Amino acid sequence: MRELTDGSTAIVRGAVDAGCNFFAGYPITPASQILTAMTREMPKRGGVAIQGEDEISSIGMCIGATMAGARAMTATSGPGISLYSENIGMAVMGEVPLVIVDVQRLGPSTGGATTAAQGDIQFVRWGTGGGYPIIALAPSTVPECYTLTMKAFDLAERFRCPVFLLTDKELNLTATTVDIEDYQRVEVRPRSRRSAETSIEPPYSYDPPDAVGAVATYGDPAIVRFTGSTHDERAFISKDPATVGALNEHLVAKIHAHQDEIDLVATDLDPKATTAFLSYGITAGSMREAVRIARADGRRVSAATVHSIWPVPETAIRAILEGHDRVVIGELNHGQYRREIERLAGPGTEVIGVHRNDGTLITPADFLEVLI
Amino acid sequence: MSILTTITPLGSYRNDSPYPFCPGCGHKSILDNLNAALVELQVDPAQTVIVSDIGCSGLSDQYFITSAFHGLHGRSVTYATGIKLAQPELTVIVVMGDGGTGIGGTHLLNAARRNIGITVLVFNNFNYGMTGGQHSATTPTGAVTSTTPGGNPERPLDICASVGVNGAGYVWRGTNFDTDLTERISEAILSESFALLDIWELCTAYFVKSNQFTRRAIDSTLEELGFETGVLYRDGRPEFTVAIREAGLSSLGRPPDGPQPIPSEWTAQLDHPFLIEMAGSAGGRVRSAVRIGAIAAIKSGLYASQRDDYPVTVKTGHSLSRLLLANRPIDYAGSEQPNVLVVLTDDGYRKVAKRAARMTGDAVVYVLPEFSTIDTPARVVVLDPATLPGRIGKGDLALVVLAAVVEHSGVIPIEALRSAVAAGPFGESNLAAVAHGVALAAK
Repeated sequence: MRELTDGSTAIVRGAVDAGCNFFAGYPITPASQILTAMTREMPKRGGVAIQGEDEISSIGMCIGATMAGARAMTATSGPGISLYSENIGMAVMGEVPLVIVDVQRLGPSTGGATTAAQGDIQFVRWGTGGGYPIIALAPSTVPECYTLTMKAFDLAERFRCPVFLLTDKELNLTATTVDIEDYQRVEVRPRSRRSAETSIEPPYSYDPPDAVGAVATYGDPAIVRFTGSTHDERAFISKDPATVGALNEHLVAKIHAHQDEIDLVATDLDPKATTAFLSYGITAGSMREAVRIARADGRRVSAATVHSIWPVPETAIRAILEGHDRVVIGELNHGQYRREIERLAGPGTEVIGVHRNDGTLITPADFLEVLI
Repeated sequence: MSILTTITPLGSYRNDSPYPFCPGCGHKSILDNLNAALVELQVDPAQTVIVSDIGCSGLSDQYFITSAFHGLHGRSVTYATGIKLAQPELTVIVVMGDGGTGIGGTHLLNAARRNIGITVLVFNNFNYGMTGGQHSATTPTGAVTSTTPGGNPERPLDICASVGVNGAGYVWRGTNFDTDLTERISEAILSESFALLDIWELCTAYFVKSNQFTRRAIDSTLEELGFETGVLYRDGRPEFTVAIREAGLSSLGRPPDGPQPIPSEWTAQLDHPFLIEMAGSAGGRVRSAVRIGAIAAIKSGLYASQRDDYPVTVKTGHSLSRLLLANRPIDYAGSEQPNVLVVLTDDGYRKVAKRAARMTGDAVVYVLPEFSTIDTPARVVVLDPATLPGRIGKGDLALVVLAAVVEHSGVIPIEALRSAVAAGPFGESNLAAVAHGVALAAK
């Protein structure tokens, strides 16, 4: 059975099925549909959805609610991520599980509210001060919007950190035909929480560095502390170099030591191809169409869709680079992810970028042109 | 420092760390009054959250054996709101300075407007003590600070009036020297509404030194500004966590928003992707018509996508909607080369004129009579609604023309379109529009 739906709707369903029970957001094209749908969905499930007075309050409320036990999501576009910036850093520092949807639109600045772009790739990577790792997932189809939203909630719980879902105007607002069985559910693990017996244990753990401590939630039987400043394992502010060093080591190690749990790359390899296409998000759809046209024409080409943008799935990408003479990366920006591919490419592999920044999509022909 | 394991009753909610404040700073006495209020109320320390932000007042939460949240400058009210919304039974107390009040002013106004049940204590000492005595939103006019060396040219913010006129449940102004401060803090917490206490005090590190400011000067400043003290506002409106849940419950009658399967009952022959683009104006229900077309295509066993283009304005300007049909899942819906272009209005035509000129001879453009001479190599089919009996309303035109295109091109069975329109709340008028379209195609 099929239905007609769009990415926004699939994200909302994914959030609901992931057990999301708190949403706060501020209206912004092209993310507003998520806000309005969550406003409708949350009360049915005993949750709360609220329109904040601005983006800062929206993410602030999400962080507060998470610390009081909620499973929270917020959604915005590039200009809103700018305003989230400081709180993103706090959520990283305070180890707050949270899903942040960035429905990208053409920038910079207010740019084009109703035009497609993938210009926030490096922005979400480096969008707050201090240096830290992040996790970002990018669906390329409507069913993947559903699946990766659930996955984002699961990774947020697993690694106790904010997780970005990167989409764009076209994916969120274009209605398309979906085979209903393509919506794949993901098991979202329950929050690892301090139990009544362990409620006096510290809410953070830095030893071993990659261990993720159980979350302490307001309302637990014992007191709970939270701070966005450098802190010890009991969440008291600390400037002790050994403590602060261990904290920062932990924030990196907890994610990088377990990257195999995050990496998601869908490959469609032709062992005889010398060229591989690589893309993500909405542009991966154009890429797949190009692959279909090329193969129908008897041409050999491999393809890879990167679903886990950050951290860069280096193992999978290296394998593609090593197996091909040329890797063609398509993205709606000036080459933000191309630089990550170039960084990984050995001298034997040419990396070619296909880019657009005019609000139109990269076409299958844009990919095919490189193949000629 | 100890983490508390046993709950009430408590003789003190302070831990054994001494305060870090300067000699003579008012913060100590405000926190002692807060502690006394907590003792008086015998709150459960684990169910009480002190939310602080940045500045000297932001250090406060570390000296209490309650739960605590130390967040970003000026944003404490947002965290407190999220905590209270998620767990309304918690006692949430915000401790912030006049700096946080200035940078986070909008949060205070909106929290007051909502009447979210948190208690805000403003440690108001007229300058930024932690960063070097810069002026704040509450610095009195003429006062000397490190950033107003010639005297402050700005007027101080009336915090109480700002939140009071905007619906705060409980508002009090006074000083840390007031003997009823403990009682007022208790009263604020018990009010179970948005409660704010604007507590004026001395910053001995900077403001006292730069302005020879004294306890008496606080009183004279209040008098000069005409700022009243005491309990200034009370409002008995429902508290927000209650109000938002009640409002949410009223939408429970809506149907669940799960997948809405569309059965495939007809078949359509299509061996390559087929793009129909409709170019009209906002408010002309172009997108609604195309959505119906997409559903009809799915009912015909095809895959369809609907990709729209419209300006940020709502009821004015162009509205383009592209219906892509294919016999397999659609990976790329971005084509700009329609097989069929439908021109409904000037707004629409302006957006697609270049596209029309680039079309090929095997493509078709359906137009109203006023566009019959448009520049295109495609075959032009003129549809004239004036030939129909009765006038076609502006809101129905898009569907009438879409039905004419479906009937004329045969790309999907017209029965599928009839079935798609019949389902909605406007089924009857939509069916009439389809009938008009079929009649139009016959002409």
